[in-house]
Order: sequence, then C-alpha cells, then structure tokens
Amino acid sequence: MITAERKPMEEIVECARNFSRVLLVGCNECVTVCAAGGRKEVGLLASALRMHFMKEGKNLEIIETTLERQCDPEYIDELADSVGQVDAVLSMACGCGVQEIARRYKDKHVFPMVNTKFMGASERQGVWAERCQGCGDCVLGITGGICPIARCSKRILNGPCGGSTGGKCEISPDVDCAWQLIWDRMKSLGQEDRYEEVMGARDWRTSRDGGPRRIIREDMAL
Amino acid sequence: MEKSNNTFEPVVVAFCCHYCAYTAADMAGSQRIAYPANVKIVRVPCSGKVDAIHLMKALEKGADGVYVAGCLEGDCHFNTGNIAASRKVTKVKILLDEIGIGSERIEMFLMSAGMGRRFAEVATEFTEKIRNLGPNPVKAAADKAVG
Repeated sequence: MITAERKPMEEIVECARNFSRVLLVGCNECVTVCAAGGRKEVGLLASALRMHFMKEGKNLEIIETTLERQCDPEYIDELADSVGQVDAVLSMACGCGVQEIARRYKDKHVFPMVNTKFMGASERQGVWAERCQGCGDCVLGITGGICPIARCSKRILNGPCGGSTGGKCEISPDVDCAWQLIWDRMKSLGQEDRYEEVMGARDWRTSRDGGPRRIIREDMAL
Repeated sequence: MEKSNNTFEPVVVAFCCHYCAYTAADMAGSQRIAYPANVKIVRVPCSGKVDAIHLMKALEKGADGVYVAGCLEGDCHFNTGNIAASRKVTKVKILLDEIGIGSERIEMFLMSAGMGRRFAEVATEFTEKIRNLGPNPVKAAADKAVG
C-alpha cells in the first residue's frame, strides 16, 4: 500500500486559516489501512480543527466525507456538489488523490493533509516499512523475494557492501542489510549458487530516471 | 453556563468500563461514598472500545474534562482493552497539546470493580484538577461569542 502520515497540526491549521468553509476528504484505500486518512482520521482531524478555531473565536465549517478512492475520476466526480459549497478542499489522501482533486476542480484550492511516504507493507500492528520503489523492472524473482532497490540503502544490485555488519546496515543498527536478508533467503531455498550470478548494469529509465511514467492499456479503453 | 471561575462547575465525562469502573461507581453508591455530580458516566463494554473520536467529541461538545477508567493492568476482561485505551488517551493528549486545548484535560485511570473508594477519589481529584484549569477554552470562546 501507499503509506502516509498526517502533517503536523501547525501546518494544517495554516492551510485552513484563511477559509471559513472547507471540505475535508478522506480516502477508503491505502491511507485508511495505514490509519492516516480514512473515515476515522477525517472525523478526528475535523474535530481538532473545529476546536482549534473555535478557541480562537472563529467558526470553521467543515464538510466531512470519505471517498472509495481519490485516485479515480469517477469517485472524484462525487464531490462536485460539496466542492461547490466550500472555499477550499483539504485532502487526506496520498499525493495522487490530492492531484486528482486539483485536476478535476480547477478553480478550488486543494491542500494535502498528509505527507505521502512510501510503498510499504505492515510489519506488525502500527509499523509499516518500505518494500517497493516502483522501479519498473522487478528483480524479486532473482533476489529471493527481497528487494535490493527498496531495502538496500545504496540500492546496489550485487551486495552486500562493506557497510554490512552483523546483518545490519551501516546507516542504522535498526535497518536490516537487504543483501544479508537475500543471502539468508537464498540459503534457506538452497539457491546459494544463484547468488554468484552477477547482475549487470541496470537501465534506470524504467524508474523515475526516465521522467514521469504512464501505463497505457489500449485493451481497456472505452 | 459558567461565566467566571468563581462559579465554574466543570462538566466531566467519564467513560467507564462495565467490568470495573462502572461497577466501582455502583460500589461507591452502595457504600454511600460521595463523588462530585460533575462527573457524567458513560458505560462502555470495555475501555478499549473508547476511540479517540469519542474523547475529542466530548471536548468539542463542551465537556471541560474527560477520562477513561479501565481495569487494572492484567485484569482486562478482553485481555488488552485497557492497554489499548491508555495508548489512545496518550495519542489524544498529544493532539490536544497540538491544538492548544491542553493534554491535562483528559486522563486514563485504572481500577477494579471493588474499588468504590478509589472511584470516588479519582472523580473528586480529577474534577478539582479541571476546576483549577478553568473552562474548556473551546466552550469559553463559544460562550463569549454568544455573549
């Protein structure tokens, strides 16, 4: 999922300060799962904002809603009536959702309420860790299902480097060395010989280095 | 409505677990132990059922203080509901500090069903603490606006 964290209240308050009526929109997908921008968080932030401004003697009217997804135009369309009634939209979705609202409602201010972090997985309740960088050319099949791009601090393809000590990365004792994990996994799969295969230089154009990416599926066009 | 601290009677909302604090309140009554009428009890099936939004809404709607009372550590009927409740209270405390309401307006207490006296002590001490803090600034500002 795409993970996110709510922005500091100070920053959020400044976004809302100049408006008297706002629409606070959550998203039922990734940000709900990582408890950053779902229905619950919309309710909590709306209550906090109302209290903050009431304390200052200002009445901030907040329309609360949560869409099934904020990254699809058909759901964004559902906001048309509410958007017409407000001065600004505060989005609790990831950056994709914020941009979709901005694209659809061109004359309305849109502000992000969360900082979008990374594509990750839930390690345990309340802990999410980065697992994928969307590099566009997946190597998980040859690295034992552990990604050296997302999980190695240097993104090296033939590791580990000299900074790996006791299975940990030199950047922090809390960070596992991805290549140690890969080696351990290869061993448990009985594929130590595959570790000897040297990966060649990579074409990073499939990643962000090739500029903003798109997927075009002619078979799905309406 | 309270207009000055001299006549200020705080409204305190207490979310009380059915298996401990709510019964403790009952016990306080049976033992004729008085506790302030300021405390309005909301019975919940487990303190873990209390969500951050319940605490926030209570304050937003005008409570001056809110507390959650759950079972003693290790005694939760649902194993860890009281621990979950404590974490949620901590989270809301941080949020209340961020928006300038003040984290001291909410609290978590632990007690058993037999602790009627403890229930009354907690109710009295918390009410006094809130009385000293003064009215919830949200309510105070709203009252001022109404005049």
